[in-house]
Amino acid sequence: MSDSSISGRAAIVGLGATEFSKNSGRTELRLALEATLSALQDAGIDPSEVEGFSSYSVDKVPEYEMARLLGCKDVKFFSQVPHGGGAACGPVMHAAMAVATGVAKVVVVYRAMNERSWYRFGTGTYGFASTPIFENVNYGWYMPHGFHTPAAWVGMFAQRYMHTYGATSEDFGRVAVAVRDFAATNPNAFFYGKPITLEEHQASRWICEPLHLLDCCQESDGAVAMVITSAERARDLRQTPVMIKAGSQGIASGQQIMTSYYREDITGLPEMGVVARELYRQSGLGPEAFQTAVIYDHFTPFVLPQLEEFGFVERGGAKDFIRAGHHARGGKLPINTHGGQLGEAYIHGMNGVAEAVRQVRGTAVNQVPAVENVLVTAGTGVPTSGLILGAA
Amino acid sequence: MADPQLLSNVRALVGREYGRVYAWDEVNAPMIRQWCEIMGVDNPLYTDPAQALATVHEGLIAPPAMLQVWTLEGFHANNYPQGSTAENPYEVLKLIEQYGYAAVVAVNSELSFTRPLRLGEKLYYTTRLESVGEEKTTGLGTGFFVTLVMSHFVEKPGGHDEAVGQLLFRVFKFRPAVRAAAAEAPTQAPATVKRPQPGISDDTRFFWEGCAQGQLLIQRCTTCATLRHPPAPVCIECHSFDWDTVAASGRGSLYSFVVMHYPVVAPFDHPNPIGLIELEEGVRLIAGLVGVERDQLQIGQRLQVEFQTFDEALTLPLFRLADE
Repeated sequence: MSDSSISGRAAIVGLGATEFSKNSGRTELRLALEATLSALQDAGIDPSEVEGFSSYSVDKVPEYEMARLLGCKDVKFFSQVPHGGGAACGPVMHAAMAVATGVAKVVVVYRAMNERSWYRFGTGTYGFASTPIFENVNYGWYMPHGFHTPAAWVGMFAQRYMHTYGATSEDFGRVAVAVRDFAATNPNAFFYGKPITLEEHQASRWICEPLHLLDCCQESDGAVAMVITSAERARDLRQTPVMIKAGSQGIASGQQIMTSYYREDITGLPEMGVVARELYRQSGLGPEAFQTAVIYDHFTPFVLPQLEEFGFVERGGAKDFIRAGHHARGGKLPINTHGGQLGEAYIHGMNGVAEAVRQVRGTAVNQVPAVENVLVTAGTGVPTSGLILGAA
Repeated sequence: MADPQLLSNVRALVGREYGRVYAWDEVNAPMIRQWCEIMGVDNPLYTDPAQALATVHEGLIAPPAMLQVWTLEGFHANNYPQGSTAENPYEVLKLIEQYGYAAVVAVNSELSFTRPLRLGEKLYYTTRLESVGEEKTTGLGTGFFVTLVMSHFVEKPGGHDEAVGQLLFRVFKFRPAVRAAAAEAPTQAPATVKRPQPGISDDTRFFWEGCAQGQLLIQRCTTCATLRHPPAPVCIECHSFDWDTVAASGRGSLYSFVVMHYPVVAPFDHPNPIGLIELEEGVRLIAGLVGVERDQLQIGQRLQVEFQTFDEALTLPLFRLADE
């Protein structure tokens, strides 16, 4: 590693969140402020010290209003990472870069949305207009056919993956059952106290074949925020520092948003492969280094190729890993111990980063023993991102 | 592009005169007083007989802007006085609507006056379809500006009726630009829901024009001959901006598929099978699958394109199982 690497230079020192719900009953700005003030208090850092902000697209809370209301004085860094859930790890990476280069000493990352009560993503109506900007033209290949929901776009990849590797709907179901088991013991989860069986998964109605209802996360309202500062300062703060050991974004050849169907092969997630190689390069770690992982699970099928891209299993081997229960409670790599987006809430992946922080601190509700390193991934099917968080 | 049949039907109507619509009441002081009170008009010329007598008008006159008021239909819809025509001067709008231009918005309402109206005069008006413009696209959508002129007369004995004013009324009858259904819902609720229109750019127009002609066109780099779909301004292989198109055979195979069940979104059928089709020329595209049962679908099946036109406006390539 060269001196310019961000690995180990910055740490997550504060964590805050609102409750997760289907109707928060208050503005997104308020949610963002509640989570941010809670994170700053958790860190023991005064709001006036914040010098940077990073969030990601679809979030409509502007950093300048956050800065104004927090009473920030000199804000020298702000970014908003594109592509919604695919960005989830990006703001933490951006914050680490800003801190490591000395541009900003304290950076807040946040994500606040009334996604369920104000927007909804799965309605099939998005209002792409006829102006010939790229996005309107691009979705013109899909919308006129009624091919218009995230579940459907994911399903098209999943069907080919099943065909190629022999994975089944039950394998997707085993992902859902395992995360719902974790959610059942997480009081902050939607599905606290509500585990499911594989039979219930199989009996749940079709959303879009090959996806059942229980393959899909639920849209949620809520906010999560974190405070990032230098590794040196982190040593003197009140919380156990959570080191940012690596961070990367990823776009691979043939990349589109949810519809990368024109690549030679569509059973992998090559953009996640880009992230994996860069995370391993920065950190010097490999797949054996993790005690637990947060694998983006807005829909179950994409969990499988992620395990393959990160080298936990060979290509096509995820189904066997899952059938053996290695991903579940007590397995060799328990994933999404907060209940995932399928079980805790769909906060566009930022709640997964929060779970990784708690696992490293040792404060997770479903704590895995002796956690050294946690892998976190972001949204799949879109330009994506990832992090390795770990103990100092 | 507007349907030629529509254009010729519309042109046949332009210039047509529609019959009389009579006023319920003669011009009268109580109606004038109420109108002035509601509109906040306090000109004594309309309401004070003594002051009005001293003017050049030598008595009360009706406010000119009330011209339309005298011949309104009354409290209930389509409740016109006896003798009024049963013809519908808006029939051209219904005709245009049949061709998919569901929405309407009023854009001009211009009154002109020949002379003041006096108490006791009885009005009627006739309507002329003045013009229908060429098809135009505005921020609202694509359609036609339709102009009607209502000429108002005072009945006189012996058929010497006197013209007293005109109303020029112009509307835009249009097909809304595709936008969020939620935003459209309040004003468009009764209209039939149509398939979303694709965004079309200079890079992709050939594809949709090909569909309208019943051809499935693939973009081809004229420098290195690489085929590409979706279309793009530059070749991924050699970065040449030069391209032409080749007509695909329309045969291909099912590379992957989904069957949409939920949410049920108009105007689509549910379940709605959608395929990722690999054409025999090598490129892939997304298209609806027709004539298949959902449990019949298998990756690798041979498919054949067919074209269907929706809402008389959008021609899509769809695929069904090929005859082996």
